[in-house]
Amino acid sequence: MKTDPTILNEQTYTAPDERGRFGDYGGAFVPEILVPVLDQLKAAYAEAKADSGFQRAVADLLRDYVGRPTPLSFADRLTAHLGGPKVYLKREDLCHTGAHKINNTIGQVLLARRMGKRRIIAETGAGQHGVATATVCAKFGLDCIVYMGSEDIERQRLNVERMRLLGAQVRPATSGSRTLKDATNEAIRDWVSHPDNTFYLIGSVVGPHPYPMMVRDFHRVIGEETRRQLREAEGRETPDAVVACVGGGSNAMGLFYPFLDDEVTLYGIEAAGEGLDGRHAATLSLGEPGVLHGAMSYLLQDAAGQVEIAHSISAGLDYPGVGPEHSYLKDTGRVTYRAVTDAEALDGVKLLSRTEGIIPALETAHAIAALPAICATMSEEETIVVNVSGRGDKDMTTIAANL
Amino acid sequence: MTRLQSALAACQERGEKAMGLFLTNGFPHPDATLPILHAVDEAGADFIELGMPFSDPLAEGLPIQHASERALRHGVTMPDAFRTAEQFRAESETPLLLMGYVNPILRYGVGNFCRDARSSGVDGLILPDLPPEEADVIEHEARNAGLGLVFLVAPNTSDERVRFIDERASAFVYAVSVAGLTGSNLDGLDGISAYLSRVRRIVHNNPLLVGFGIRTHEDATRLSEHTDGFIVGTALIRLTEALWDDASLTDAERLDRVRRWTHELKHGTTSLSV
Repeated sequence: MKTDPTILNEQTYTAPDERGRFGDYGGAFVPEILVPVLDQLKAAYAEAKADSGFQRAVADLLRDYVGRPTPLSFADRLTAHLGGPKVYLKREDLCHTGAHKINNTIGQVLLARRMGKRRIIAETGAGQHGVATATVCAKFGLDCIVYMGSEDIERQRLNVERMRLLGAQVRPATSGSRTLKDATNEAIRDWVSHPDNTFYLIGSVVGPHPYPMMVRDFHRVIGEETRRQLREAEGRETPDAVVACVGGGSNAMGLFYPFLDDEVTLYGIEAAGEGLDGRHAATLSLGEPGVLHGAMSYLLQDAAGQVEIAHSISAGLDYPGVGPEHSYLKDTGRVTYRAVTDAEALDGVKLLSRTEGIIPALETAHAIAALPAICATMSEEETIVVNVSGRGDKDMTTIAANL
Repeated sequence: MTRLQSALAACQERGEKAMGLFLTNGFPHPDATLPILHAVDEAGADFIELGMPFSDPLAEGLPIQHASERALRHGVTMPDAFRTAEQFRAESETPLLLMGYVNPILRYGVGNFCRDARSSGVDGLILPDLPPEEADVIEHEARNAGLGLVFLVAPNTSDERVRFIDERASAFVYAVSVAGLTGSNLDGLDGISAYLSRVRRIVHNNPLLVGFGIRTHEDATRLSEHTDGFIVGTALIRLTEALWDDASLTDAERLDRVRRWTHELKHGTTSLSV
């Protein structure tokens, strides 16, 4: 076991390779016009990563603006209720804007500035990434355009109003399923049409290389803090298990990454929607490898290779793809992926609200809902960390209508 | 010489720019695609690009996105593209390339896809989300099947990279006219001309064709000054959509309009007697 929290475990886990491959997954399946743009981004990111000034600027903003470190809270009543391991909550819901998403937007917006790009575009599902992008753009005085599925605009009205108040332009994506997949298509089309002045600020560990790696790197602070905080609380840096929800998979990668080389059981929880035999968004559980939005990864698709429409009560998990690194971690068996239904997620909202006084986002509620089954297999001497990736205010209309 | 090479060489001998026309398979209706292909073939198309519809076509503007959605609503799949190609080939020696996104091909199986494409009389492939860096998934199988691979260059592609793409391409190099989607506006013609003349100086191994945003004979003439020919897609999609959605027209009238449009696009005059 490592004793110095600043030493990270990259000695054995080295993915992705130079081509952005996590095993067979990842890569950059993009129109030619984006190839030079991604080459430029790769070079700029490598330079920034090695620049202590850049790293310091990110760390300062995370502390002074986002409010990091976020607490690692011992959930005593939830622990007692579940009757198994000690449950710790990593409180990303306490980040400025209400979710982990801003860790990544801080990093990418500083990179965009460094590259001299002043027009920022983003896609959003639940609106949390859109709000986090609009927030940093306001903070740095940059133009911001957020693409959002017209169905999501309806179910996440509060976040749409927040983005507008922050000065962003919200453009509806009206094709296909009118959700996150289509918002991403529109953002990529905008990027193809404005490759010189525009920075595409992707909100999850998806898209062409280097995005999955870069977004993971900007979120690894979640897992790094957890190690330090656990050492203080438990006298050891590693828990026995870690749980996070997975849509694209950014909060999960941020928490998992610093534990990949340790003996920690990692659980990623997908959205089973109405059930795995109905409409769902359980890409890793039921998808097949394919190419969407520039990367090879598991994908919900039909027999002809057309992308299927996902379904989840949670707009942030309602996506037929998943980050390529998760596909790799599934195939290697390093992470166990499970799926919970809309109804179970609503139970998860209630459980955390009533036991701990924390109303989680519907995305987060999937991770909470997976706890009873996981904890039943663990002993009272063990510890488990669950990522509370976001708070539930944005979902109150949906929650009220369904509880 | 391949069918494509012969067709392009014949254009050069006649002192003409080669004209490639794109149509989505199954559009505007599954029964209409083949008659339209024959009509444009008769009226002067030097090669055909048959689009394989995909649910998430990233490089396409709205008209081709809608064409793709419409074809998918009619249940059009990969075997339908092979059937269209085969039926076209039964009556014409005009080169035909398949254009589409990589996921349906991966799903069909790359080996089976290349074999079935070849046996349907397909000459080559254009896959806009498969840059040369990722093309190893299909390159070997395509070569074995005798299918040419088209790669694209764009205004921001460096000289060195244009050279690399020319080395990897085995059918032609497709110069995207502007930074944008299919059907974009052709803004800044001087800049486009400078870019195409730069690319022309570098591309030696393959024919060079230009596409995206070409609507008229005048556009085609201007843009193909430095290329061996030009490609038109969105304009044909718009035309056929309007004609086939107009219930007052007979199929014969629609096909006649398509022939005239094709002739005018190539020669600048609607007179079919030229």
